[in-house]
Amino acid sequence: MLTRSLIAGLALTFLSSSSFAATEITWWHAMGGELGKKLDEIVAKYNASQDDYKVTAVYKGSYPETMTAAIAAFRAKQQPDIVQVFEVGTGTMMAAKGAIYPVYELMKDTGTAFDPKAFLSAVVGYYTDADGNMLSMPFNSSTPILYYNKDVFQKAGLDPEQPPKTWEDVEAYSKKIMSSGAAKCGFTTGWISWVQLENFSAWHNKPIGTLQNGIGGMDAELTVNGDLQVRHWTNLKTWQDEGLFQYGGPGGGNDAPPKFYSQECAIYMNSSASLAGVVANAKDFKVGFGMLPYYSDVEGAPQNSIIGGATLWVLRGHGEAEYKGVANFFTFLSSPEVQADWHQYSGYLPITEAAYKLGQEQGFYANNPGTDVAIKQITLNPPTDNSKGLRFGNYVQIRDVIDEEFQNLLAGKKTPKDALDSVVTRGNKLIADFRAAANG
Amino acid sequence: MQTKRTVFGNRLLPYALLLPQLAVTVVFFLWPAAQAVLQSFQREDAFGLSTTWVGLANYADLLDEPTYLNSLKVTAIFAPAVTALSVGLGLVFAVSLDRLVRGSRIYAALLVWPYAVAPAVAGIMWWFLFNPTIGLLPYLLAAVGYRWDHALQPTDAMILVVIAASWKQVSYNFLFFMAGLQAIPKSMIEAAAIDGAGPVKRFFTIVLPLLSPTTFFLAVINLVYAMFDTFPVIHATTGGNPAQSTNILVYKVFVDGFIGLNLGSSAAQSVVLMAIVVALTVIQFKWVERKVTY
Repeated sequence: MLTRSLIAGLALTFLSSSSFAATEITWWHAMGGELGKKLDEIVAKYNASQDDYKVTAVYKGSYPETMTAAIAAFRAKQQPDIVQVFEVGTGTMMAAKGAIYPVYELMKDTGTAFDPKAFLSAVVGYYTDADGNMLSMPFNSSTPILYYNKDVFQKAGLDPEQPPKTWEDVEAYSKKIMSSGAAKCGFTTGWISWVQLENFSAWHNKPIGTLQNGIGGMDAELTVNGDLQVRHWTNLKTWQDEGLFQYGGPGGGNDAPPKFYSQECAIYMNSSASLAGVVANAKDFKVGFGMLPYYSDVEGAPQNSIIGGATLWVLRGHGEAEYKGVANFFTFLSSPEVQADWHQYSGYLPITEAAYKLGQEQGFYANNPGTDVAIKQITLNPPTDNSKGLRFGNYVQIRDVIDEEFQNLLAGKKTPKDALDSVVTRGNKLIADFRAAANG
Repeated sequence: MQTKRTVFGNRLLPYALLLPQLAVTVVFFLWPAAQAVLQSFQREDAFGLSTTWVGLANYADLLDEPTYLNSLKVTAIFAPAVTALSVGLGLVFAVSLDRLVRGSRIYAALLVWPYAVAPAVAGIMWWFLFNPTIGLLPYLLAAVGYRWDHALQPTDAMILVVIAASWKQVSYNFLFFMAGLQAIPKSMIEAAAIDGAGPVKRFFTIVLPLLSPTTFFLAVINLVYAMFDTFPVIHATTGGNPAQSTNILVYKVFVDGFIGLNLGSSAAQSVVLMAIVVALTVIQFKWVERKVTY
């Protein structure tokens, strides 16, 4: 008797708790440090704003770790509702048709008002399929820009208010900086792959692959060994030999930021989302901002730069109620207030026009010069087939291949042409492997 | 020889007592190993949505893959180098300490200390020491005219990972050699000394041969360590760079499987590694039990 009433009691509590408690939504992300704190703040704000859903944000480590964790979880049927995936994982996610719930479908199925046109086209273009449907939700997108040390510029007799505009400027300024003894090196850069190859090509309106850089279909192949890319890598090698350029290491280039912070290198190219770090570390000197340099004799340059960063993918295998919550949360995340706040804090792009407008009305850009360089650069011209973005399978590894071949170049083991040719051959092999695995 | 024999009254009891250990072995070793073998015959996308049987294609691809052959070559340099350095230094320290009259306990404690350091921490420490921008050693090397750059120079990178991987292993080897040296009868060495053998001669004709079982055991253990347990060291220092010059086999398994999500190839690579470790173990047992005795 006692047991029975106990069970009944338990069942009742269970029932009531499930009917009254908020639906739980899990979000796996890769935002550590200050960005992670800000993200938690946004989630807390959302949870406090309504009672139906409760979002739990879980930090899963680096971008590759987060993506791998989500994939492993999917295989074990323990996947989160939302996972943050970096831009180069897009090809892999997109090909996993049975695993992802495209955002446009999610919004339609849940009857949520959603206007893809509200987003910046340069951002959305990266994440839409061939028919123009948005597959994932933009969240943190950035683009590489140029930072420079105004104090060193002054010491070298350069105009501290004039960032270098062209690569010719970068070379001339670097020489002047070094010969005047204002700094030991001219420039350094993060992300060789992203900044000095992918963005470099888009900025000069040159393709890095066939079929609109792979956006047009899975049969695309790499073509990064064009004349202009070879010319640029030849220059980088020469400049490295002369000491004008210092290499910051593979991947994101961990050694690059200290070179700029310690005033060893006067010019530094990296993500607009490095802004917070630059401002925090540049204690002894003033920082200027500029757009990426271009070769002045190249027709069509500068075009527009492309993005990096990450978007939010929805995974299948959850209940309808949860997806309603996800749609609701996405609407909140892309609201101008949330986006403007996130963008102004982090240096990521405002992903909607409205968020950008809000920042202008608030006078944010007027008070913080340089913070709108990224958005101006990415919207400089309407994106072309070469500057919409890129999408290849196995691109995470292709990025490693680019780093390796660049190292071969700098170590003097390969000529620029050979290095880029190897990127193409090895990259295309990886793309073919990916296609074979995805098609079964 | 006396064997201790326990007789169980119940026939099931011995099996029941073995069960927990067997369960652990099955769940954490045999099952994943079997899964790796299975996956090595398949081609699968990351999410496991489509799987095809490809037979031995993953293995055949490995032989055609320049980066895999490169990784084999890198491992063939790295593993023996780590073994030689750590076993050699362990022996030198143990022999030096054995001759010390005073303070040997303190030295012994200090020499064992690095073994308590986690490999990842050791890796980061060496990475800092050798960092071209902020490190101490490149600064000192620059004074003698050597421009250290492990971010670009494969040889520098290899030296870095070999030192970082050997460092903590020296302690382990040192301990075993210490024990080995204590087992050598002092009377033998004294007798040789009376016969007029100098310290060098005594070392090479008495100490070293008597230590040979220990040396052989350590050589195999260290080779296995260098091939399989050095993952954190590589991960924390070079990450296989520059241009794959420090991408040893076990690190490549990780990169291809967990970063690249190429599960079939990664599984085939781990099966090959498994075959290597089995071979090493067999050699160790055959030799240690037969050949290396006195």
